[in-house]
Amino acid sequence: MAFFLEVLIGGLMAGVMYSLVALGFVLIFKASGVFNFAQGAMVLFAGLFFVGFIQKGAPIWLSIILTLGVMALLAMAIERLVLRHLVNQEGIILFMATIGVSFFIDGLGQSIWGSGVQQIDIGIPTDPILLMDGDILIQSFDLWAALVAGSLLTGLVLFQKTRIGRALRAVADDHQAAQSVGIPLNVIWVIVWAIAGMVALVAGVMWGSKLGMQPAIVGLALKALPVLILGGFTSVPGAIIGGLIVGAGEKIAEIYIGPYFGGGIENWFAYVVALGFLLIRPQGLFGERIIERV
Amino acid sequence: MLYRESGQFKTSYPADQAIFTIPQDRVFFALLMLAGFVGVPFVATDYLYTALIIPFLCMALAALGLNILTGYCGQVSLGTGAFMGVGAVAAWNLAYRIPELNLLVVFILAGLIAAAVGVLFGLPSLRIKGFYLAVATLAAQFFLPWLFVKIGWFTNHNPSGVITVPRLDIFGWRVDTPMEKYLLALGVVSVLALAAKNMVRSNPGRQWMAIRDMDIAAEIIGIRPVVAKLTAFAVSSFYIGVAGALYFFLYLGSAEPDGFNINLSFQALFMIIIGGLGSILGSFLGAFFILLVPIFLTRGLPMMGMNLSTAAIAHTEFMVFGAMIVFFLIVEPHGLARLWQIAKEKLRIWPFPY
Repeated sequence: MAFFLEVLIGGLMAGVMYSLVALGFVLIFKASGVFNFAQGAMVLFAGLFFVGFIQKGAPIWLSIILTLGVMALLAMAIERLVLRHLVNQEGIILFMATIGVSFFIDGLGQSIWGSGVQQIDIGIPTDPILLMDGDILIQSFDLWAALVAGSLLTGLVLFQKTRIGRALRAVADDHQAAQSVGIPLNVIWVIVWAIAGMVALVAGVMWGSKLGMQPAIVGLALKALPVLILGGFTSVPGAIIGGLIVGAGEKIAEIYIGPYFGGGIENWFAYVVALGFLLIRPQGLFGERIIERV
Repeated sequence: MLYRESGQFKTSYPADQAIFTIPQDRVFFALLMLAGFVGVPFVATDYLYTALIIPFLCMALAALGLNILTGYCGQVSLGTGAFMGVGAVAAWNLAYRIPELNLLVVFILAGLIAAAVGVLFGLPSLRIKGFYLAVATLAAQFFLPWLFVKIGWFTNHNPSGVITVPRLDIFGWRVDTPMEKYLLALGVVSVLALAAKNMVRSNPGRQWMAIRDMDIAAEIIGIRPVVAKLTAFAVSSFYIGVAGALYFFLYLGSAEPDGFNINLSFQALFMIIIGGLGSILGSFLGAFFILLVPIFLTRGLPMMGMNLSTAAIAHTEFMVFGAMIVFFLIVEPHGLARLWQIAKEKLRIWPFPY
């Protein structure tokens, strides 16, 4: 029982990391209807810049500010060079465009900062914590990650209540209607991509502290996609809960079902669960029902 | 002057429905095929065959398969690599376990097996579309290579998991040298491309395009989405499966099933975006272009006096691909194939444009 709990908690904590990436996806999808495949690459990009600034001798707070600036610039560039020209295109075209963006910033980040594994240490304690008379071992780092994700979620939910947040939701609801009441579409897009960049930075720092900053993170970030399908593309809490389900599910499956197949099922378990989920409930757990008008 | 269709009247339905309706196109294409089958073997070196031409033919076939699904039927797939893997593993098992089987039969059966798997993973397309489907195909992309690695039977319990091509015989013809491999690949690709061309301009192709343009409207005019979508998945996976078998038998020689990974899927997707969504010609142009970029970066740039490290080349390649995708989607969504058409339009009125 204690072992099961340990696996479960470990999985939930891993799920928090997926949630961090998935949050960025949801934000952009909600505000612009763009399915941003580049979120994973943005995590790497932000993380590499953060590490790079630190290695250049900047203190942590300065690196964070500088990286946020870089991500804001990136958001502006993406809006000006890509999104602006693809207004009113089909979602699938935009999706493919973000694949292009993903490759571009992936390559760009690595050509600037190299592709080696970079350690990030921002002073998050990593000592293990024992619970239940030492039966269950959890990493204090994971607790910190959960704390960060929780505060990020709270911040984002509160942000939606602000004036800009309302404008974001209006744009998400109906581009044209939002524009006609005077909401500047382009500005909103820059803001939302910049916020997604900020979320990417948080995710990048957390992933980087856990695994080291490395290009493989882009591939790991792909796991945010099944998370989204479980949680629903349009729900911020859904991203968190989907992440927890995927994280816990794949760890438990790996430990209890994996041995029958020779292990390694972690890599595809989430996708297959998502595939099954799509057949039963395509809008996800918390997503809005997909209604098509002719 | 040379390329003018005025005064050429079609007097019968077959003439009107021909693939190339004017003689200039027919002559050009005949010359192209002649160059392909006879000309290239005279000029190409072994390096050219193995580094560019053979992978070009295999990937063009895979891109063609993906184009049928994505370009014609509008279902985005990120599972191309996995289906190529299915084709390769199936072909290897058939050739290894039943040695008396003719190689062409092996390819066809491998394609059929890939088609069956494709239909299986295409089932979700009946309920979902767009990027939801893309995620669903990712499931295939991660699941299938894992299956080939973990189930020892697929690689005949080879401890290293590497499968190696047996000797290739077709009707007593031993396919050995790069040139012979090239001719075999060219033959298979030509036949399949012709079949695809005819498919997309007849009933199945029209059904796919109707579904792509607006599925609800298509359903109302009597096209069954189930049949149309699943045939698209089946035909597409057949092509991709055969392409995978060719890629493995004629290009790689020996491979780990793990090698058929998501990078291959992205490569095929880039080929059809750059070449042209919904165009047979575009699949070939795109494949050529995408394969040329790394060769240009590794061999072309040093000739121009620019030396990049291997890592820098890999990163530049990423950036070039990414930028090209965005550029083409914005500027020319119909890709290189459309540019080719524009060139032909220009040629029609050349040299007196007014």
